[in-house]
Amino acid sequence: MKNNIIPAIRLTLVCLVFFCGIYTMAVWAVAQLAPGQGKGFTITENGKTYHINVGQSFTSDSYFWSRPSAVDYDAAGSGGSNFGPTNPDHLAEVEARIDTFLVHNPGISASQIPSDLVTASGSGLDPHISVQAAKVQINRIAAERNISELSLEELIDKNTEKPLLGLFGTERINVLKLNLDLESLK
Amino acid sequence: MNTEILGVIFMYATVVSMAIPLGRYIGKIFNYENTWLDKIFHPLDNLFFKLSGIDPSNEMNWKEHLAALFTINAFWFVISLFVLTNMSWLPLNPDSNPSMSWDLAFNTSVSFVSNTNLQHYSGETGLSYMGQLILMLWQFISAATGIAICAVVFNAMKERTADKLGNFYSYFVRTCTRILLPIAFVGAIILVFNGTPMTFEGKDTITTLEGVEQQVSRGPAAAFIPIKQLGTNGGGYYGPNSTNPMENPNYLTNILETVFIFLIPIALIFAMGYVLNRRKLALMVYGVMTAGFLCLVIPSIYFEMQGNPALVEMGIAQDMGSMEGKEVRFGSAASAYWAINTTSTSNGSVNAMHDSMTPLTGMFAMLGMMINCFYGGVGVGFINFYVFIILAVFIGGLMVGRTPEFLGKKVEAKEVKIAMMIALLHPLMILGGTATASFLYASNPEAYAEWLNNPGAHGFGEFLYEFSSSAANNGSGFEGLGDDTPFWNITTGLVMLLGRYLPIIGPVAIAGILASKKYVPESAGTLKTDTPTFGILVFAVIAILAALAFFPALTLGPLSEYFSL
Repeated sequence: MKNNIIPAIRLTLVCLVFFCGIYTMAVWAVAQLAPGQGKGFTITENGKTYHINVGQSFTSDSYFWSRPSAVDYDAAGSGGSNFGPTNPDHLAEVEARIDTFLVHNPGISASQIPSDLVTASGSGLDPHISVQAAKVQINRIAAERNISELSLEELIDKNTEKPLLGLFGTERINVLKLNLDLESLK
Repeated sequence: MNTEILGVIFMYATVVSMAIPLGRYIGKIFNYENTWLDKIFHPLDNLFFKLSGIDPSNEMNWKEHLAALFTINAFWFVISLFVLTNMSWLPLNPDSNPSMSWDLAFNTSVSFVSNTNLQHYSGETGLSYMGQLILMLWQFISAATGIAICAVVFNAMKERTADKLGNFYSYFVRTCTRILLPIAFVGAIILVFNGTPMTFEGKDTITTLEGVEQQVSRGPAAAFIPIKQLGTNGGGYYGPNSTNPMENPNYLTNILETVFIFLIPIALIFAMGYVLNRRKLALMVYGVMTAGFLCLVIPSIYFEMQGNPALVEMGIAQDMGSMEGKEVRFGSAASAYWAINTTSTSNGSVNAMHDSMTPLTGMFAMLGMMINCFYGGVGVGFINFYVFIILAVFIGGLMVGRTPEFLGKKVEAKEVKIAMMIALLHPLMILGGTATASFLYASNPEAYAEWLNNPGAHGFGEFLYEFSSSAANNGSGFEGLGDDTPFWNITTGLVMLLGRYLPIIGPVAIAGILASKKYVPESAGTLKTDTPTFGILVFAVIAILAALAFFPALTLGPLSEYFSL
């Protein structure tokens, strides 16, 4: 055991300098060439800057709503609800979200509401909703903003992100980008 | 075909097609053969050895290997304790995060040095950048520890009689520099170009479109995440791990991070085939592991895509499946696929909240950890499997009335006793721990009310999951459990320690003892171990020993929740 102690200490220090120092700085240096210089992808509109990959809370009737969040879109303390599938509190919460949605979107029936719109995301920061989740809100926004439903449908089509290479994964819509486009649609 | 399913098939096909050539490359590294990267890595390795005062040609027997491993791991634990309890005044703390309490620092240090990465804190608020970088160091070198000790076992399985089984430090350094470093670096570059932060600046503050202030946590995340995935570590940079859109920004990064979970565990099987020159044996091991993995993953994907039955009567459209705790950019199939990847290896990272998954998916995730060798953790997954091979050889030998032999060495009482103790240790720790927690909770539910986020059978599942995760050195959790308390920090800390080191000592001892025995060439009377028949026998041993031991506990937890739906 004794003749292992000195090599153990020295090898650990070498690894410390190499991985925490050299490897980390090498990744940091490469990040300076990436968009956003490793500070996160952002978009600037009307002088305001937003993080594209970080979801925002949208609850006003004149915007497309984002998904419910267990942490109220706190991007410095992300997390999910961790409710089990049969937890009565969870079921009551989903029920309440469905009711709220129906009140704000008259003419819509529960069977048109997709599950992502009434369940909390894992991170509480999900930047996306499903295409159906956007479409089910068209009536409300068209009435609220006095725009034709057709132009909203075009907006949704334009903002639909296809599966990777058209083959792998889900179809989805970035809610922030959709709402920014909605703002510029006058 | 459904694009979510296609995505999952693509991920598995990608990892296997990458793992086969990588396995060959790892085999060459363990055999000290030439590779095309030698020009860079010879000088780098020599620098490591020179600065550390190590002679890599000094061969060790199995006891010396373990002594080297324990000394260096103990030193890491001490440094880790120091940094985590002093983060508040150490440099690189732009968000002014506090130091850890002693019991949380104990738990976190054990967790990262033992390659578990169970986290009873949340990265955004619980660690400084210094703390994150130190934990990243353990992610590299605890993974290298597991792979190095696996190389020792491969060396011991060769057809000869030997005491000396290579040099531990040499295997360790070669693993760090030639395997982990290049792959992690490529992964980090892909991540930064997809939006994962890599900065030393603190939080960003923005105003949302609706006019609310939002703070966004950042940091040197892109360096941290690839090794977290690659080394079956799993400890997330952010609290909810790869669910967070900074840690895992899109479907492409999700493919990368998912592929990294399985890459080295599968490659090591083929590396074994290369080192021993026994391709058929590698295929037998790969076949058994893959069959087991498929039994867990296919129903999990099915149940998540079906949606939550409890929400059906509310009449909403569950075309996307069960979405509580999941992200739209991954979807339910890729989330269920990741859940079984991460639990059947000892990774433990998540891209969806396991606590919110439908009951049977939660059960299959637990079974992955209870069995802990369907691919398994880097290095240690194979040596867990090795224990089951020894037991299967013994049982097979008894059934056909022959002296049990494995690769030309007689397996005798001592080896079988060690193997049996290691195999029984795992259920003992999981069931013992769960029983203790349940007893405390049941005898005084008010005092421990903050432990559980969910009532009934699901709450019991939170206990069972936590101890399974600790004993398997996995690190994922049913995160509804209020686990940052002295009870959970200390008990799971101890379980992680025993669950890491005893299953290393046992198989290394068996392999070391077998290596020093006389080599008897295989004859017509030998029980062949590289055949499908033997594979079925190993599978049966695993099913009976590992899976059925947990059946009563699973009945109380996820199964009764399922039948209550």
